[in-house]
Amino acid sequence: MAAVTDEPAIRRGPAPGRLGNSIFKGFSLGSGIVIVVLLGLVAGFLLYRSLPAILASREQLEGVGFMQGRDLLSYVLPLAFGTVLSSAIALIVAVPLSIGIALFISHYAPRRLAQGLGYLVDLLAAIPSVVFGLWGVAFLMPLVGPVFAWLSENMGWFPPFSDYQAPARNLATAGLVLAVMILPIITATIREVFLQTPTLHEEASLALGATRWEMIRQAVLPFGRSGIISAAMLGMGRALGETMAVLLVLSPGFVINFFVLQPGQHQSIAANIASQLPEASGLGVDVLIATGLFLFLLTFFVNLAARAIIARRAEFSGAN
Amino acid sequence: MSKRIDVSDLNVYYGDFLAVEGVTMAMEARSVTALIGPSGCGKSTFLRTLNRMHEVIPGARVEGKAVMDGVDLYGKGVDPVEVRRQVGMVFQRPNPFPTMSIADNVLAGVKLNNRRMPRALAQETIEKALVGANLWNEVKDRLERPGSSLSGGQQQRLCIARAIAVEPQVLLMDEPCSALDPISTLAIEDLMNELKNDYTIVIVTHNMQQAARVSDRTGFFNIAGTGKPGHLIEMDDTSVMFSSPSEKATEDYISGRFG
Repeated sequence: MAAVTDEPAIRRGPAPGRLGNSIFKGFSLGSGIVIVVLLGLVAGFLLYRSLPAILASREQLEGVGFMQGRDLLSYVLPLAFGTVLSSAIALIVAVPLSIGIALFISHYAPRRLAQGLGYLVDLLAAIPSVVFGLWGVAFLMPLVGPVFAWLSENMGWFPPFSDYQAPARNLATAGLVLAVMILPIITATIREVFLQTPTLHEEASLALGATRWEMIRQAVLPFGRSGIISAAMLGMGRALGETMAVLLVLSPGFVINFFVLQPGQHQSIAANIASQLPEASGLGVDVLIATGLFLFLLTFFVNLAARAIIARRAEFSGAN
Repeated sequence: MSKRIDVSDLNVYYGDFLAVEGVTMAMEARSVTALIGPSGCGKSTFLRTLNRMHEVIPGARVEGKAVMDGVDLYGKGVDPVEVRRQVGMVFQRPNPFPTMSIADNVLAGVKLNNRRMPRALAQETIEKALVGANLWNEVKDRLERPGSSLSGGQQQRLCIARAIAVEPQVLLMDEPCSALDPISTLAIEDLMNELKNDYTIVIVTHNMQQAARVSDRTGFFNIAGTGKPGHLIEMDDTSVMFSSPSEKATEDYISGRFG
């Protein structure tokens, strides 16, 4: 029963709410554009400021004290190597541990314990990196020293473990500190993914006579696979760019090798920028910005590779 | 294969809440037993006690007996995992593992018991289960495609194949056709008719025509009101239940007067 008025049921002109719709559409479109522009500005700045260093002649670069006569590429490569190796150590330690913690929180622990543990992990993420660095120097280093010494003595035939020298200001310790730092973000991400495993699939597995662990392997882990990779990449992104913790722990060097128990071998790009920039001027600053550009590209391609891995098995991902 | 289950004085609880009370019934071997009743009457809950799947929900527990082959499923020292390997289940919504191919879905349960299967045996198991679920001809050329690439009805038959691949004694079906179209439903009903030659089948259904078509015996569940426990009101041969039930409530439900 329509109301008895002279107005027709369908009014002319825009329906009420059109204005709000337009505003919100404009806002979200604008936000989308801002992120692209920001990324472009950062990339553009890095490229523009590193051009002088890239185009500089050998003689000009020799004038930059901290490069010790190297050209740009042989300056950046050892740094990039140290960056990637420390992040790799961090990931190797952190990812399995994170999967374990996330599984415990999502599928094993009683609800209240899981909640408490979840908060604790999130709290870990809020600790500033300089504190982690201090913790690494003051607490972790004396602790891992004897372990490294033992490894070096008994498994020294494995090159990365050979010739440990105290104190443990080496890449292994830096990697361990990084592992602790990236643990919360990886754990939190993986936990969310595990919690989203459809009950339907968990029950399918249990009804086939799977034990809890078999169910996790059959339903939870495959479902969370792309999430685990994404989480690891998030963590790796943080580890690649981490400055403070590496700066405080690592005794720097410019060599490309795998002797992670020896001090004075490696350095990361970010820590190097932080330690050299205050003293640098002119072309030196440009060189450091060029290493920053290299780090930017490195993280960019790591993320690209991760996306490719995820996309390769999208058909089996459970998203369809 | 195929064993009967005798349930006596079974109470099902969720925490302190009594959901189903005092069920005593027998599910005969090599026959289809249908459980009907209005929503919330506890028939699905009861079904899930038969393979101890209700225990997945925290706080759920059972009193009473459910005896299969002389062993109480709730007896001391009986592992629910072991029970579920003998009593398979098909769910309301098709749930093939999305991360697995069609072939791997069929083998999912078998591989739990027998991790390293010779290839030939695996192939044989896959074909036998898929033929048994009337799906072989539709998928034999694409066994390596993901299970989620099939239609809903095919997915449900894939789930049946997965359940019968482990050669259970009993097959529980929890409204297996409620998410399917009429043609797929018909395919599953035909399949049940064949499966009952080998398995004890217990099916929960909201569709009374389906119960009448596929089952040999029918049990009617009802509740007195919300918050009250569900009861088994009456159980008899399906032909008797649908022509001359002895309880008034059964007749009212079957003739569509409520529910």
